[in-house]
Amino acid sequence: MPTRPAAPTPQAGGAPVAGEALSDAAVSVRGLAKSYGDVRALVGVDLDVAPGTVLGLLGPNGAGKTTIIRILTTLLKPDAGAAQVLGLDVVRDAARLRQQIGLAGQYAAVDENLTGLENLTMVGRLYGRRRAAAKRRGRQLLERFELLDAADRPAKTYSGGMRRRLDLAAALVAEPPVLFLDEPTTGLDPRSRLQLWETIELLVTEGTTVLLTTQYLDEADRLATEIAVIDHGRVLASGTPDQLKDRVGGERLEVRLEEVGQAGTAARALSTMSDEPPTVEGDMVVVGVRRRDGAIVDAVRRLDDAGVGVDDITLRRPTLDDVFLALTGHAAVADGAPPAVDGPA
Amino acid sequence: MRRLVTDTMVIAERNLVRLPRAPELLLAFTVQPIMFLLLFRYVFGGAIRTPGYSYVDYLVPGITVQNIAFGGFVTAIGLNEDLHKGLIDRFRALPMARAAVLAGRTSADILTNALSATILVVTGLIIGFSFHTNLSEAVAGFGLLMLFGYAFSWVFAYLGMLVSTPEAANSVGFIAVFPLTFISSAFVPVQSMPEPLRAFAEVNPFTITVDAMRSLWLGAPAKGDVWEAFAWALAIIAVFAPLAVARYRRAASG
Repeated sequence: MPTRPAAPTPQAGGAPVAGEALSDAAVSVRGLAKSYGDVRALVGVDLDVAPGTVLGLLGPNGAGKTTIIRILTTLLKPDAGAAQVLGLDVVRDAARLRQQIGLAGQYAAVDENLTGLENLTMVGRLYGRRRAAAKRRGRQLLERFELLDAADRPAKTYSGGMRRRLDLAAALVAEPPVLFLDEPTTGLDPRSRLQLWETIELLVTEGTTVLLTTQYLDEADRLATEIAVIDHGRVLASGTPDQLKDRVGGERLEVRLEEVGQAGTAARALSTMSDEPPTVEGDMVVVGVRRRDGAIVDAVRRLDDAGVGVDDITLRRPTLDDVFLALTGHAAVADGAPPAVDGPA
Repeated sequence: MRRLVTDTMVIAERNLVRLPRAPELLLAFTVQPIMFLLLFRYVFGGAIRTPGYSYVDYLVPGITVQNIAFGGFVTAIGLNEDLHKGLIDRFRALPMARAAVLAGRTSADILTNALSATILVVTGLIIGFSFHTNLSEAVAGFGLLMLFGYAFSWVFAYLGMLVSTPEAANSVGFIAVFPLTFISSAFVPVQSMPEPLRAFAEVNPFTITVDAMRSLWLGAPAKGDVWEAFAWALAIIAVFAPLAVARYRRAASG
């Protein structure tokens, strides 16, 4: 673990210096930069999250997503730039800010030797609540997260999905208006994942502002009001999922060939249909087309002229996978890559 | 300040509640010291000459000091686990007193140390140990023991955050502290050691503390050492508590 200068003590209850609000957003970030030694984790990041919406930070491992979350939750100080949550500066007003936020990380940070109820009661008391009140709130959350039956069992007996729900419950103890979720579903089975998505959606309908990181495009697509695509410590693009998909250049034309050997010929035949070169993957050729009308007929005619046999041809809206590929030049998650820690932790 | 006290108590309670659920740690506090006491008393005891005292009287103050120094092990391992499992991140994102995580850990050690020392002394009494001094001196001995154990909790808190895994915390702590406890007057008179070891043993804070314990429990002529022993414990706290706190801040902001 690289050594870094010790953080100065935040002044709890110190006189708040009236800083200028960066924006009306629940979370605003301007020019945020952070380096770990020679590694530049963040290189001037700007973000805004409107109240009651979900911003999805989408990017591969090491893109800088976790660093952003750690700065916004006061765990890490930025080298440069400014960040505010609910108008509170993440460095100057750190102590007050901690009352307003909830954090659930990718590690499911619960004490495995404490029961579910003991974990939530402990967190409640550390928010300054009395034991009885903390316990009551704990029970309430366990009920909501369908963990009441396991309330008095040590968390080490919980399944991965149950632990993640307990971790999320711990983040919600003080009913924070802003919630930070660092890869909330990494490593979960599909059913637990869906359950967690539904919970997050419910929180948002209740007015919670959420900033979440993910390397899963379907997760960002489903949960996020807006998405910021992050790679190498920069925001490459941001917007609603639809806006991002439009940026890739409208529709995707997918052609499945009868013979793999004809892929090169097919790509050449289709190349003038688009501004970007077609991509070839096995017996599949994909090309972005500007206009939907007549695209299939045009493509079939071109391929027929070139003597290429077509097995199947479809036209579809681009997915976030296409967006990611177009923006970064590489796929969102490399095949078979093990889930790793984001950034030098 | 009130927050620091209540938060420290919440963390201390957490560490005590979880202890019985980690049976291997509980064994380290209870069965292990009894085992060492019996081994030394009955296996080595017959061969070791301790002028003026029976070996069991000589041994009990020494072995309780050694045992209490290792009480902080739980702190080293526990803090290291908390760091790696993200619990320290959770605590640091909460509006709680920053110092409470370490203070709560080391405070919990005081209670487990008291339990462990009591078990050891009661076992000692059963196999023939007796206090040769009055009640207030015996109690002062327990006080010194607790203070010395608390000092080593801070040493282990620092070690626990210095190393990368709980296993490393375990072995580094063992390698660093175990020889210190043996090259002292804890188990044998230092006069029996070869010259370089003897010179080290005589200035070793373990020797000073063990001699002070013998003075307070057996009335051994080492009165001058008693205050020196208290001073050593306070000095260890004065050095390692700030080191541990600084290390905690740095490690946790990674």
